[in-house]
Amino acid sequence: MFESLSERLDGIFKKLKGRGLLREDDVNAALKEVRMALLEADVNFKVVKDFVEKVKTRAVGKEVIDSITPGQQVVKIVNDELCALMGGGQAKINLSPNPPTVIMLVGLHGSGKTTTSAKLANNFKKNGRRPMLVALDTGRPAAIDQLQSLGAQIDVPVYATRPGDNPVNIFPHALKQANIEGRDIIILDTAGRLHIDENLMAELEELKRTAQPKEILLVADAMTGQDAVNIAKSFNERLDLQGVILTKMDGDARGGAALSIVSVTGKPVKFIGVGEKVDFLEPFHPERMASRILGMGDVVSLVEKAQEAVDMKDALSLEERLKKNIFTFDDLKNQIKQIKKMGSFESILSMIPGVGKQMKGVQVDDKAFVRIEAIINSMTRQERANYAIINPSRKRRIAQGSGTTVPDVNRLIKQYIGMKKMLKKFKGGRGFNLSQFKF
Amino acid sequence: MLSWFWKNHPIKREKNLGFFEKLKHGLSKTRKAIIEKAEALFRGRAVNEALLEELEELLIMADVGPQAASSITGALRERVKKGKISDAGQLEAAMKEEIRGMLKEGHRIICSGEKPYVILTVGVNGVGKTTTIGKLARRFTDHGFTVTLAAGDTFRAAAIEQLEIWAERAGAQIVKHRSGADPAAVAFDAIVSAKAKGIDAVIIDTAGRLHTKSNLMEELKKIKRVISKEMPSAPHEILLVVDATSGQNAINQAKVFNEAVGITGIALTKLDGSAKGGIVLAINKELGIPVKLIGVGEGVDDLQDFNAGEFADALFG
Repeated sequence: MFESLSERLDGIFKKLKGRGLLREDDVNAALKEVRMALLEADVNFKVVKDFVEKVKTRAVGKEVIDSITPGQQVVKIVNDELCALMGGGQAKINLSPNPPTVIMLVGLHGSGKTTTSAKLANNFKKNGRRPMLVALDTGRPAAIDQLQSLGAQIDVPVYATRPGDNPVNIFPHALKQANIEGRDIIILDTAGRLHIDENLMAELEELKRTAQPKEILLVADAMTGQDAVNIAKSFNERLDLQGVILTKMDGDARGGAALSIVSVTGKPVKFIGVGEKVDFLEPFHPERMASRILGMGDVVSLVEKAQEAVDMKDALSLEERLKKNIFTFDDLKNQIKQIKKMGSFESILSMIPGVGKQMKGVQVDDKAFVRIEAIINSMTRQERANYAIINPSRKRRIAQGSGTTVPDVNRLIKQYIGMKKMLKKFKGGRGFNLSQFKF
Repeated sequence: MLSWFWKNHPIKREKNLGFFEKLKHGLSKTRKAIIEKAEALFRGRAVNEALLEELEELLIMADVGPQAASSITGALRERVKKGKISDAGQLEAAMKEEIRGMLKEGHRIICSGEKPYVILTVGVNGVGKTTTIGKLARRFTDHGFTVTLAAGDTFRAAAIEQLEIWAERAGAQIVKHRSGADPAAVAFDAIVSAKAKGIDAVIIDTAGRLHTKSNLMEELKKIKRVISKEMPSAPHEILLVVDATSGQNAINQAKVFNEAVGITGIALTKLDGSAKGGIVLAINKELGIPVKLIGVGEGVDDLQDFNAGEFADALFG
């Protein structure tokens, strides 16, 4: 039911084309769609409001980068803000200088604490640590059995308790056991609880005082809706979290909860759960999450890729050369190289909103570029600088050297001449249209 | 060990309060704050665009979804224009009316017809399937029906043990295989066993699965096929368990599960938190699947029949 944001922005893009600065009206129109996309991704209403306001102030009056549309520019600003908000890099788990490090997982029922505990332990074990799991969910039927069975799977000991025991009383025993066995990490799997349950929240506070955890992590379901804000706020206020683990990311939820949680708590997402098996725990990548929340991703990465790929120096020198009316085969080769840096032609096309539909079924021959490069590579330096000297004998040599035919070489030269003419018209103009390259 | 557990966990037997009363009673500050805010919204306010916008905001915050929310406020705006609403109280009433109108009420879940009455429960991970089954079984046994539970979650660690404990609490029988067994075979055996013993109801648990995993959705189809083979009229009820905390993704869940096995009703769980479960409005609107049960707590009795009127009230309080 959700149209992707890129599809929706398509329409706005069209109207915006060809303007130098982002005007307030245009930004507003684009941000209306962004707001809708964020709400559909379950980002909290108030978070969306603040966020959109912030983007607006950043976007209005901004100059549009060449070669992308103003709409794309807005999306890029949105994306940058989202990434900035969700943390610049990956946040790691802090380990205590005096082991054992105690890590406490908390969250609502069914958010995935027990599975995540085992995944974390597995992760530490793989990195040469000696973790121990402690089953503190003494309420839910068979929760302890569940952790024990997961512990057996990954060969990590589980300090098991009896149903009904008080978790606060259990901890000292678990700690003692960990010290005896020389365990350097203790992961506490607490019972699921509602953030509005006064007694159970107080129990967690007490557990925190007793266990002195280095990390308290909120385990939250990626499918969580608007309530994510209340949940995260309550847990953070009571426990002062160190971070969040977002679970069930292998589904198709857009995961706006991540943004809600991070913006109300200011705490980073440290890991994401991407499957039911014990090794499906991955570090969190803010930029991937941003794309996912926006429901598009690809436009943004295209913009970024384009910016990276067009090496500034090359671009500048080309501009200079164009001004002097110089455009050789070497320049053409550089252009192709830059485009190739962005990935396969087909994947680039599929990233462009709207193009996906039109290009369906159209085969783009990536090899065409390979052939062009081969032909240019088979030319001598003089030939590349001055195409006029390429006579039939030279053409035969070039064709042979590049594994192509003379007609291929002729076609390239013809197209090159066409481009040169066109560039003359633009004199100092920026970029050129590759679509005339029909191979 | 199980009996030890039983003794230490006496079943809470509260008087059966209505859902709304239950929510209004003795819940935390957070919840109260939300209720008060909603009440203040309507009290003595003039009906204007600002109020309508605040209403829309409230709906979105209840996980109704931006599209459904704007269609509701759109309908209200029309009514205001036609002069049918003049004060905030009328607006509140009209809004609840709109919401009630969107919610289809299905028939109650009762054991009837050919024995056994077979209920298949499905849903994504962690929504509360096993707990809901336990409570549902208890409701049946309280009414004098006999129940067999089928431990069809053969995947998750200790899921079978969890269901066993619930079977004991509810006084139900349980059919189980070992972990990793074919869930369709478990369902089949449960029905055969129930038939032989003249049991009234069979409730089949399944492993939580994300709707995006097509192989697991195929497994679900197979479970249904096998059930129907053994008993052509079954399953009589296919319940999708939905977590009230979940957002817009629940629509996708409902859609895909419905396509796979045909959902007959929704059990909306975890309504005792601060989430409102507004997503069922969108599910109703789009797929026409009625909500049949709501879970409002962890106690055995905290499973109630869905009531659209109460739900509409609770959406704002």
